[in-house]
Amino acid sequence: MSAGALAHDHHHDSESTDVFGFWLYILTDCILFASLFATYLVLNHPDAYGPAFKEHVNLAYVLWETFLLLGSNFTFGLSVLSLNKGKLAMTQFWLVLTFILGAGFVGMEINEFVALAHEGFHWQASGAASAFFTLVGTHGLHVSFGLLWILITIFQLPIFKVSQIMKRRIIYLGLFWNFLDIVWIFLFSIVYLMGAV
Amino acid sequence: MLEHLLFGKLTLDDIPLNTPIIMGAGIFMALVVLATVAAITVSKKWGYIWHEWVTSIDHKKIGIMYMLLAGVMLLRGFSDAILMRSQQAIAAGGNMGYLPPEHYDQIFTAHGVIMIFFVAMPFMFGLMNMVLPLQIGARDVAYPYLNNFSFWMTFVGAMLCNVSLVIGKFAATGWLAYPPLSELQYSPGVGVDYYVWGLQIAGIGTLVGGINFIATIMKMRCPGMTLMKMPIFVWSVLCAMILVALAFPILTVTLALLELDRMMGMHFFTQFAGGNMMMYINLIWAWGHPEVYILVLPAFGIFSEVVATFSRKKLFGYKTMVYAIAVITVLSFIVWLHHFFTMGAGGDVNAFFGIATMIIAVPTGVKVFNWLFTMYRGNITLTTPMLWVTAFFTTFAIGGMTGVLMAIPPVDFQTHNSLFLIAHFHNVIIGGVLFGYFAGFIYWFPKAFGFKLDEKIGKWSFGFWVTGFYFAFMPLYVLGLAGVMRRTNHYADVALQPYFLVAAFGTALIFVGIMLQLLQLYVSFRNREQLRDKTGDPWNGRTLEWSIASPAPVYNFAFTPEVSTIDPFWEEKQNQQHTAKHPETTQYNDVHMPKNTSAGVIIAIFSGIFGFAMVWNMWPAAVIGFVGAIATVIVRTFNTDVDYYIKADEVKETEMAHYKEALS
Repeated sequence: MSAGALAHDHHHDSESTDVFGFWLYILTDCILFASLFATYLVLNHPDAYGPAFKEHVNLAYVLWETFLLLGSNFTFGLSVLSLNKGKLAMTQFWLVLTFILGAGFVGMEINEFVALAHEGFHWQASGAASAFFTLVGTHGLHVSFGLLWILITIFQLPIFKVSQIMKRRIIYLGLFWNFLDIVWIFLFSIVYLMGAV
Repeated sequence: MLEHLLFGKLTLDDIPLNTPIIMGAGIFMALVVLATVAAITVSKKWGYIWHEWVTSIDHKKIGIMYMLLAGVMLLRGFSDAILMRSQQAIAAGGNMGYLPPEHYDQIFTAHGVIMIFFVAMPFMFGLMNMVLPLQIGARDVAYPYLNNFSFWMTFVGAMLCNVSLVIGKFAATGWLAYPPLSELQYSPGVGVDYYVWGLQIAGIGTLVGGINFIATIMKMRCPGMTLMKMPIFVWSVLCAMILVALAFPILTVTLALLELDRMMGMHFFTQFAGGNMMMYINLIWAWGHPEVYILVLPAFGIFSEVVATFSRKKLFGYKTMVYAIAVITVLSFIVWLHHFFTMGAGGDVNAFFGIATMIIAVPTGVKVFNWLFTMYRGNITLTTPMLWVTAFFTTFAIGGMTGVLMAIPPVDFQTHNSLFLIAHFHNVIIGGVLFGYFAGFIYWFPKAFGFKLDEKIGKWSFGFWVTGFYFAFMPLYVLGLAGVMRRTNHYADVALQPYFLVAAFGTALIFVGIMLQLLQLYVSFRNREQLRDKTGDPWNGRTLEWSIASPAPVYNFAFTPEVSTIDPFWEEKQNQQHTAKHPETTQYNDVHMPKNTSAGVIIAIFSGIFGFAMVWNMWPAAVIGFVGAIATVIVRTFNTDVDYYIKADEVKETEMAHYKEALS
């Protein structure tokens, strides 16, 4: 779901309830990724039909992607620190940087997908390729939603200032953004590293 | 070209003008909708409907809307049942019946999909919404806005299924749309797409609803209500909603992968190019088996409440009941393979899943004995809710035993996909889930509407329903053992026909039962003054929901209650320590409440546009739907004026009115 859908204040003690609900959402998203990982592992067995991913994987390229995403998480952390100190402009600055790094990640991923498809590792080529594009693409889609969310946050900061509502929304965003990092670690290890060896 | 861009694959030919049955049903539905719209317009009620219902975030009203949806869809799903039963009653030997196979296939698919997703699920969410916050002494659910959103997503999903009747067609694949049949190659039409998008939209609503109720139960219980002091219904809902949170994402993924196969030419479940169709069947049942427990656990909760109330006794073995529910919750995730023992996973795997399945009978048995011991030496009143409970005991026991029978893989190889299976799962879903929801509906009806349902017609309806059930499904056990498979629209051996005729007769009895239920609603509404529940406690209840007026006031509780036992209201009545002060002398406080919002319904409508457009590949409309939904969410985040106060004077007035009426 989104920031708005969950940012709803109707009781004075709703703070912890709302964050708890967002954790539950993260849990459901974990199951979603778990199902996709399971599908990938089933369809991508050693003698699976179709082009081998091993011949197309470019680990150095993916490592740069990883740095971008992990870097964006670091800058996001800095923005939260600035928010807690009440520094609005600095918060915005770090969020902009987070956005740029995240957008770089998505851009690189799209570029990678296009290249793979051109080389013949197309999503229509085999079950394993379909599973690859869907698993990695779902993560990319999540990151893209996160980018939209960051953008909205940057614009909302001057409106709501450093307020309780903004702080809570940034907690959600932080949970979401960190979660995507963790998912990426699994993607990097299981899909790319294991795919390369 | 432009036409193709705007309408995608949709042409006038997709409206089955030459099929009288479908067009008749379509025209009938259109007339009902038009009549409703006209009635609302003439009585100038649009403002009322919009402000009081559509945009309402009051859990009680959302509950009623859920049940209205379930009721209407029950009629739709049951008409499908009538069509199938009458077809099978006549289509023996040389007679081919009146439904061509292609149409028949859509009917049994629609029947399954509608009954599970758009009758049982909304019925369950309706009952939960209506009473759960009242039982835990809360003023609303954790996220009232999302609650409204959940309902409208479910509604839109149901409407997509209904639209498919007239525009295009529905899936002809069976209710779980197994590949490779559901792949583009074998189902080239839009039927499966309607199925996928309808369920995806409704599924988001269900998932959000699940999160909402977990948070409500974990975070909003009144002071003193520890986990082990929650009413059993709350426990059963908590476990069912945990299952929703864990299982529904799997359904989302499974259907998304199927749609990717169909739209993008991927190969997840194709039988070539490295696809694996058994992966689909594993995934769908990894959701599907927990799903049946999602439906039946709340029904178990209802039985526990009803049995205790009408036996005038504390529920026997509260703790074992809780543990039984928890054990079933865990076990429900490790038995999915029993739906396809015939896949050929090997003896070891089948043995594991067979034994795991049989073990579920143990906690279920514990529950049944708990209910029986609650009744033992109780002061039993056989009201209609209690009658449904007694019918449940026998019916569910038979269904459970045939279930354990089929948990033995060699037996399953004989009965797999036969009418024996059909009889089994109707036995547990109708006998367990539906009977339970009916009991809960009648039991909590006064709390929602302020008057009781007519008992006499209720008992007649019960009689027809239960007798009809046995006539309709017992012959199917016999037929199944004789080797008749499910989903056949014609059979050559006329010797089988008498059994099908008995089953059709049973369906007719159930039809009378349903008509009597409608009559019961009508008569009770007409006599609502005589049936008025003045005290708010019509059944001599035990839990918090009965301690307030019927129908419950908007704010539920003027003061947040404090409890120290499992049956707080009952204990209070027994000890006559009526702590509630006279409202005249009580100092009330302003009550903080969430405001209504139109965001939920608008997002759902945009999602519906998106879903319909995706079915027909209308790309511009799909973009409008998608962007519209996201934009509405974003706009909503700028709105911080989301709550208001009910003034203390108004609270006092409401409480006074209830006090006076209760004394009269």
